[in-house]
Parts: sequence; structure tokens; C-alpha cells
Amino acid sequence: MSIPSLEIKNLSISFGVGRSGVLAVDRANFRVGSGEAFGIIGESGSGKSTILRAITGLHDNYDGDVLIDGQMAPRPRNRDFFKTVQMVFQDPYSSLHPRRMIRATLMEPLEIYGLDRRDARIAQALSDVGLAPEYAYRYPHQLSGGQRQRVAVARALLLEPRILLLDEPTSALDVSVQAGVLNVLNALRRARGLTYVMVSHDLRVVAHMCSRIAVMTHGRIVEELSVEDLRAQRAEEPYTRTLIAASRAAVTAD
Amino acid sequence: MTDPLLEVRNLRVAYPSAHGYSDALRGISFTLGREKLGIVGESGSGKSTAGRAIMRLLPAKARVTADVLRLSDVDLLAARESEMRDIRGGRVAMILQDPRYALNPLKTAGSQIMESYRIHTKASRAEARDRMLAMLEDVHIHNPGRVAGLYPHELSGGMGQRVMIAMMLIASPEIVIADEPTSALDVTVRGQILEILNERVEAQGAGLILISHDLPLVSDFCDRVLVMYGGQVMEELAARDLSRARHPYTVSLHASLPPLDHAVEELIVPEYDPSWLTETTNEHPKP
Repeated sequence: MSIPSLEIKNLSISFGVGRSGVLAVDRANFRVGSGEAFGIIGESGSGKSTILRAITGLHDNYDGDVLIDGQMAPRPRNRDFFKTVQMVFQDPYSSLHPRRMIRATLMEPLEIYGLDRRDARIAQALSDVGLAPEYAYRYPHQLSGGQRQRVAVARALLLEPRILLLDEPTSALDVSVQAGVLNVLNALRRARGLTYVMVSHDLRVVAHMCSRIAVMTHGRIVEELSVEDLRAQRAEEPYTRTLIAASRAAVTAD
Repeated sequence: MTDPLLEVRNLRVAYPSAHGYSDALRGISFTLGREKLGIVGESGSGKSTAGRAIMRLLPAKARVTADVLRLSDVDLLAARESEMRDIRGGRVAMILQDPRYALNPLKTAGSQIMESYRIHTKASRAEARDRMLAMLEDVHIHNPGRVAGLYPHELSGGMGQRVMIAMMLIASPEIVIADEPTSALDVTVRGQILEILNERVEAQGAGLILISHDLPLVSDFCDRVLVMYGGQVMEELAARDLSRARHPYTVSLHASLPPLDHAVEELIVPEYDPSWLTETTNEHPKP
């Protein structure tokens, strides 16, 4: 692989100190190539979301390296970093400011970065995620969950980042709505050659979206496998097998 | 089948809104025997409202009507509130989604289970304690004495849900309504919890209503499935026939799930047809 878009080297994150300290992520390593979709799967408390939060700088006291295009990510993260890396959060009900019109939410990154043609960019971002331009004049409570998550994706894409971190982007949504949001994310990645790192507890979603998948439990990446291996259930680690078996249990009806 | 445990005919629930009443349930009908019935639907389909209407737990402003809403010998719509208190937890029990919110945070697991038993029986404390410990063992808790003394925040999600199952089944109800009992749990724990629920319900000969948004899970677990949309039942089918579902809503819901064993280019996004709702008295519930 040439220089990866995103690389994590020996990333460790702990919370608290001394005896009450918890090692949330224990020496995690992975590389994500340009235009690739990489998935991290694990159960609650496995540390998967913590990795994304460390990459984006929300947890600043990590050990190890975060490299973007082979360059060490600055600490604290600076403006250039966020032009390259953006994040979409899990819960679209809490990630949009409830008292701000969608337009104001979308305007903020444009103002911070002093970009021009703001209204045109907002209209374009909304149409990219399948929303009509009128949605800019609504408040979050006037949108459904799926529409809000589309707005969150539009916000992340306004700065035209190359790397998108997706933290359980559809777990708060119904499956029918999830299908639409996943289709939008896939189409955008193909059209723009975006790089995704997607965290999820849902094996189906990760398998649909990602080509390589890391399996996490208790803060450690225990296995990394290709989506083909995942589908064919060729896993080495017992934990991965348990996870696949539990997720497949309900698939027998297919 | 003998007389049904529960009979529901033309159940309607409406809430007051700016323009008169707006319907949450638009005339659903079903019966429940000693079996496992699944109610599947997406948010806003009315599936939880149905469960709560049976328990008469809807807010006072809700307007609930039905041709029949009967628990074997009791007319649930006409029952006095004092009768309902005996029925809730005693004859019809409800298991909720997240034990972290549904259990009382200030009482130990054991005392909550005992409370549920003593409200519905005349048992002494000592007797209730024995039953509670036996019940914890029945839900596969290996060290009942220790777990009984723990507070809800000290329990994992799976443990909490076992405690809730113990609490709900200790009074030997005739019907158990489980509203999304596993959706707050990790996938590897879900199976165990459903297995325990199944075991207890079968051992006690109760009827079970499993309310869920998870179509594969419900069809795997239940005998019969009602598929709900917009406050109406779209389709009723035997769970094993799910792959042969005929209603376009069920078919598209099934197809919108990303498949695990093969890749697809694009997922199918269900489209809704207003004609599915035979009554179009108010706006579409989900745009």
C-alpha cells in the first residue's frame, strides 16, 4: 500500500488514573487507504467510538500516533486538519442544535473557514444528500430522524473533507430509513473518492459499507478481516466467530 | 386452540391534536393464545401503543376505543382502576426495553423482585425471598444471593434484563408483553435473553407478545407475526412464511436490510403507498 490516508499506530487511550483508571483502547493499529471504507465493529464499551473521538481530537490525551497522509496529526487539532477530516455522530437527535435553523448550522463551518458562495454551497450540500433546498429553513424538530442524519452528513461534507469518520451513523434509525442514508453515503464515497472509517455494532451495516473490518473487544483490535472473509465466516478469533454467529442467528429466515 | 387469553377487536387509540383527534391506532384486531405473537413495525407504527393500550397505561388524554378488548374473563376497557392494578404485573406483565431506565435505581434487584411477588400474592417476606432467589436461578443467574443485593447501576444490560424478566414472571402472569426487550443489548447477549424469556414463558404456559422493530429476530422467535404500519395491521403471517410475505410493505421492509451473506450495490428503500391505509383521516405518520 502506498501512503495511507489515515494510519493509527499503537493508539492507547485511558480514562482516569491509578487504580480507577480504565484502558479504553489498548495499542490499536490500522491503516486506511485513500478511497477505502474501513469498518470497526464491536459491542458497547469495546472502545470503537473512542478511537474515532481520538482521531478527531475530542480525546486529546492519547498515546500513540494518528497520521494523515503520512503526516502526524497536529495536537491540538488545527483548522487544516478539519478541512481534511470530519465526523458524523451517532444520534441525529442530539448532534444538531435544536434552536438553530438548519441553514445556521450549515453556515457555521463556512463562516469559520471564510468560504464564499455560502448559500450555493448549502443548497448543493443539501441536494447531495437528497434533501430539497427548502430544508435549510427548517428547525431540527421539523425533520425526521433520517432527514436529520442527512443534514449531519451534509454539514460534515461542506468543507469538502477527504476523510469521513462515521460513528454508528444509522443506529438510531429505522431499517427503511437506514437504507436511504447508507445509499447516500455509498454514492458520495464513490463519486468523490472519500475515505470512510465507520464504527458500528451492526455486522450487516459494516459488511454492506466496508471492504475491510477490524473487530474490537475490551479495548483491543483482535482481528482484521476482509468483507469477503466476514461473509464467508472465515474468522480466526473465537470472539469474531461468536459475533458473526450471533448476528447470523436471525438470518436463517432469508 | 381453546379460548384465547386475549382478544382484541377494532382497537383504536387517538390523541387530541390541534385539529381534533389524530389516530395512533386505527382499528387493529388479533387474538392471543398460549403462543408467541410478534408485532413488528417501525417507529410510529403504533406497535408500542398497542401494548400499552392492553395494559391501560396510555396517558389519560388518549381516547381508547375497541369493539372487544378482553383478557379471558375481564373486559379491559370497563375494568376499574383497582382491578387494573391487580391485572398489571399479576395477570399481564410488561418487559421494557432498557433495564437501566425501567428498574428502580434506589432499590436492590432482589427487593424489586420480591415487591412484585408480594403485591400479587399474600406471601410472607421469607417466602418471597425464597421465590425470588429461585426465580433468579430460573433466569440463569449463577449467584442469586449476590445479584439480589445489587443495585440496577451495578448490573450489566444483560443481567438487568434477566432481573426484569424475573420480576415480571415471578407472579406467574398469563400474558407477557415484551416491548423491544433486547434492542438495548449487545448482539451476543440478545440470543441468551430471548432464550431465557422463551424458556420461562413456555415453562409457565403464558402467552407472549414480542414487540420489536427487528423483522428477522421476530420471525425467528415467534409463531405468528403481525406487521404494522401507520397504526394498522398490514399483514398477519406465520413466522416461518416471512420470506413468502406478500404485502409490499413487509417485502420492502425485509429487502431494506443489508444482507449478510452477499453484497448488493444499493439497498432498496421502501416506498409507502397511501392506499395501504384504508383510513386516511390524518396525515402520513412518517414523511
